[in-house]
Amino acid sequence: MSLYQSPEPALTRAPANTARHQPSSFYLSTRTISALTLAVLLGGWWVITALEWVEPLFLPPPAAVLEKAWLLMTKGYMDSTLWQHLGASLQRIGLALFFAVLTAIPIGIAIGHNRIARGIFDPLIEFYRPVPPLAYLPLIVIWCGIGEFSKVLLIYLAIFAPIAIATATGVRTVDSAKLRAAQSLGATRWQLIRYVILPSALPDILTGVRIGLGVGWSTLVAAELIAATSGLGFMVQSAAQFLVTDVVVLGILVIALIAFALEMGLRALQRKLVPWHGQNH
Amino acid sequence: MALLQLERISAQYPGAASPVLSDISLTLGPQQLLVALGPSGSGKTSLLNLIAGFVAPSAGRITLDGVPVSGPSAERGVVFQDDALLPWQDVLANVAFGLELAGIAREKREAKARDMLALVDLAGFEKRRIWELSGGQKQRVGLARALAADPRMLLMDEPFGALDAFTREQMQELLLQVWQRSAKPVFLITHDIEEAVFLSTDLILLAPNPGHIVEHLKLDFGQRYSAGESARAIKSDPRFIETREHVLARVFSRRQSVREQRA
Repeated sequence: MSLYQSPEPALTRAPANTARHQPSSFYLSTRTISALTLAVLLGGWWVITALEWVEPLFLPPPAAVLEKAWLLMTKGYMDSTLWQHLGASLQRIGLALFFAVLTAIPIGIAIGHNRIARGIFDPLIEFYRPVPPLAYLPLIVIWCGIGEFSKVLLIYLAIFAPIAIATATGVRTVDSAKLRAAQSLGATRWQLIRYVILPSALPDILTGVRIGLGVGWSTLVAAELIAATSGLGFMVQSAAQFLVTDVVVLGILVIALIAFALEMGLRALQRKLVPWHGQNH
Repeated sequence: MALLQLERISAQYPGAASPVLSDISLTLGPQQLLVALGPSGSGKTSLLNLIAGFVAPSAGRITLDGVPVSGPSAERGVVFQDDALLPWQDVLANVAFGLELAGIAREKREAKARDMLALVDLAGFEKRRIWELSGGQKQRVGLARALAADPRMLLMDEPFGALDAFTREQMQELLLQVWQRSAKPVFLITHDIEEAVFLSTDLILLAPNPGHIVEHLKLDFGQRYSAGESARAIKSDPRFIETREHVLARVFSRRQSVREQRA
């Protein structure tokens, strides 16, 4: 599935569903089709391994992966359980996200609101944003060592740019009538930001966070593949070196599940925080 | 009571060759509802923006009770053409917004906002979301919001321009009722001739290139409505029709002469 695809508006889809429901008994909802696709893929995986068409070294059977999952959760791999690897990764992205939100939103507001701030930050962000984070990871390692800090810094940088840019866009596109209305109700400069600009930009900010988390997660896992002693990326990488394929497959599945959960969580947050977004007001 | 004065106002946008408004003088006090009517390009919106303080005049002086206007302020409440409400707040919070900005305690400002909603016939709509309202309801909320901040005068920027004809008539009557009760001076711009003639105590006709006042009429149709006459009876009165046609001819003849100049 596409990570940044916007959810289809349920209201426009619903009538078509009910209309098609009655004449044909073969109607399947989009969700059912997705579930069936997944089931077919899993079934195919099971059949291929059960008939031993492929060596378990290349593709372990689903049962072996599940069994390994249980083992990893209880006994662990490379001195840490699956939970500890997962925790290490989540802690890194959580810290990075926290600081990115804390800094990128104010700076994004400044860029969108103030000519001088735009002059300072716009070229900086546009300069480093297109560079793949892994390209400047070596420099960060030289400067900050191989500890936790350099990994968090790397992900922070990856998340910062999308949030700052989205915030600035949101601030720049605030409806000028709303600003004028607030001004003629006596709003000061700070009240304008707090009561009008920030809430107006919130849908864009949340979209920035969604994109940032996606980029951050892939950067994190890639960074752990290269330089780490814990984390999901490290687990996959070290398992690959010893050809423990079931751990590799399991690691990839967990990484995908977390990315999916983050995306779904943010979509839910977006629906809850900005219910007016997309409404005809 | 509030008195707005414009003395020989001109306005020019930076970089523009000719001014949008030239040599406008007018006064507006209590019991007055001044409507500025003119074709597009006659500078109506610029005039409102000057009085609201959104832009500064290039020449002349604007004062409210002798104090120069130097920017937007809660003294001059504005109702916009598009509602300009805040969709992240419910109706009550929108109406109370000006009081919230002034730092007034929640209970007090919500009580005031409820009164204002009742004044515009929207009691019971407090918890509605903005996007659930119709166009006319949004404009009522906009009016209630401007009134709740207790401004000294009201500015209305084509407030009923986006409404259907039926809702527009209702809103005109509502405005007259509210204006009568609050006694605040109102400055309203419109391009609807019937609306202008019906509402105004003072009607100024603007002509473009650059925007200037061509005629200033004193009318009393709105007062007759407040005195109890029905809106339809007033609008079909021969004197109303005569005034309307006179105004139409003034605005139209200006347009024709512009067309002849171009030809």
